[in-house]
Amino acid sequence: MKASGRQRVPGRLFVVEGIDGSGKSTQLSLLQRWLESEGYGTFFSEWNSSPLVQNVTRRGKRKRMFTPMTFSLLHATDFADRTERHIIPPLKAGALVLADRYVYTAFARDVARGVNPGWVRNLYRFAVKPTTAFYFRISVEEAMKRIVGGRDTISYYEAGMDRSLSDDVEESFRLFQGTVIKEYDRMIDEFGLVVIDATGSIEEQQAQMRGIVAKTLTGARKTKVRRWVDFNSMAKASRQSHQAS
Amino acid sequence: MGRFQFYGEGLPAVAPGELKGRLVVVEGTDGVGRSTHVGLLKEWLERNGHAVLDTGLTRSTLAGKGLKAAKERHTLGGITMSLFYATDFADRLEQEIIPALRAGFVVLTDRYIYSLMARATVRGADAVWVRGVYEFALKPDVVIYLRATVEQLATRVVQTSGFNYWESGMDLRLGEDLYDSFVAYQSRLLAEFDRMTEEYAFQVVDTSASILTVSEQVQSILEPLLTPCVTPPARRRA
Repeated sequence: MKASGRQRVPGRLFVVEGIDGSGKSTQLSLLQRWLESEGYGTFFSEWNSSPLVQNVTRRGKRKRMFTPMTFSLLHATDFADRTERHIIPPLKAGALVLADRYVYTAFARDVARGVNPGWVRNLYRFAVKPTTAFYFRISVEEAMKRIVGGRDTISYYEAGMDRSLSDDVEESFRLFQGTVIKEYDRMIDEFGLVVIDATGSIEEQQAQMRGIVAKTLTGARKTKVRRWVDFNSMAKASRQSHQAS
Repeated sequence: MGRFQFYGEGLPAVAPGELKGRLVVVEGTDGVGRSTHVGLLKEWLERNGHAVLDTGLTRSTLAGKGLKAAKERHTLGGITMSLFYATDFADRLEQEIIPALRAGFVVLTDRYIYSLMARATVRGADAVWVRGVYEFALKPDVVIYLRATVEQLATRVVQTSGFNYWESGMDLRLGEDLYDSFVAYQSRLLAEFDRMTEEYAFQVVDTSASILTVSEQVQSILEPLLTPCVTPPARRRA
């Protein structure tokens, strides 16, 4: 096993973190659009997405079979599969890997569930150290407004209902995610997370992100992707014709 | 104060002091005769009045099936596989082993963390990392390590189940065919077990003797650890 950060790879790894409703996924997809328009090859990877572990996770959640330990270990298994398949190979190929949630999600959630912080940090030692990890900071109240307004329901585990904090889903979510935020805040210095104020406008946040990412791209590989229609040169041509007129 | 302890930080919300039963581990590589001896041991224990729970790898309700399915596809990376096994183990520890120990059972487990650590290490995982991952395991009362040489193992495997992909460590590409790979892989595992023998105080039992002799030897190791169940002599009617 090559421990974290020891991998010398030509790619870059950008990570977004934050509680549900912080807007991190929106920001990451905007970042991806921009990077691609700049001619970089990107690869998107999401938390809890390994097909290998999916059925076990789904069944475990549906039947509420998880303890904090098995919840933690199964997510680590999922993450290991992602690392071995979707993170290390693209990084070696020089891609810019964009990860929606990373090890910090596990550190925050598992510890909020009572798992030992040192143990879970060791568990993820095989992870590649990101180039930059963004933490979208938001209050529980603000996140709640967004979730309840958007997606229909709050899930059992997302609300930390397994912790028996409250019988009421929204109240449980408030209490559990509050603890998760405390854990994230603790990690800012520990891992050098870049804090983005998630209450700012989408454009402000994106501009801030792009500014930080741009500084890390010196020497990163650009890939000439051949498309039937080359949107970049079309856009450039249209800009030039505008300027000319 | 109970006898039980965790290797490290342990499981959240479990006080090992409340656990009563006995935790007996039978370890050894593939083809050494573990399941035969676990079966014999179970029968012997029950005959002597002990309630037995037997368990083994990939038998967890949560992850057992998923793990087997994932292995069939032969696409598991080394770290992923190690952690999948760790999930399976944690589920069995929390849902089966600990409740049974709390109830005073003798828990008989066919393999424990040592096999899992050996496999992970042989697949290139860092030994310190693996030990850290399994820190939440309970220290057993005894680890019976059934030992055989690679030659003995190979002969037995041919006669029973035949060589299979994972027992031959084919994912590691150590040899041209199943046999070469089996020998190379099992030799590495044996070396790993030998290294752990002292670290974890294994009770080594040489399996080259007959099944009966081996089984008597195993029983004599266990005997002093068990709470005696003295059956009163059957009274004759006057």
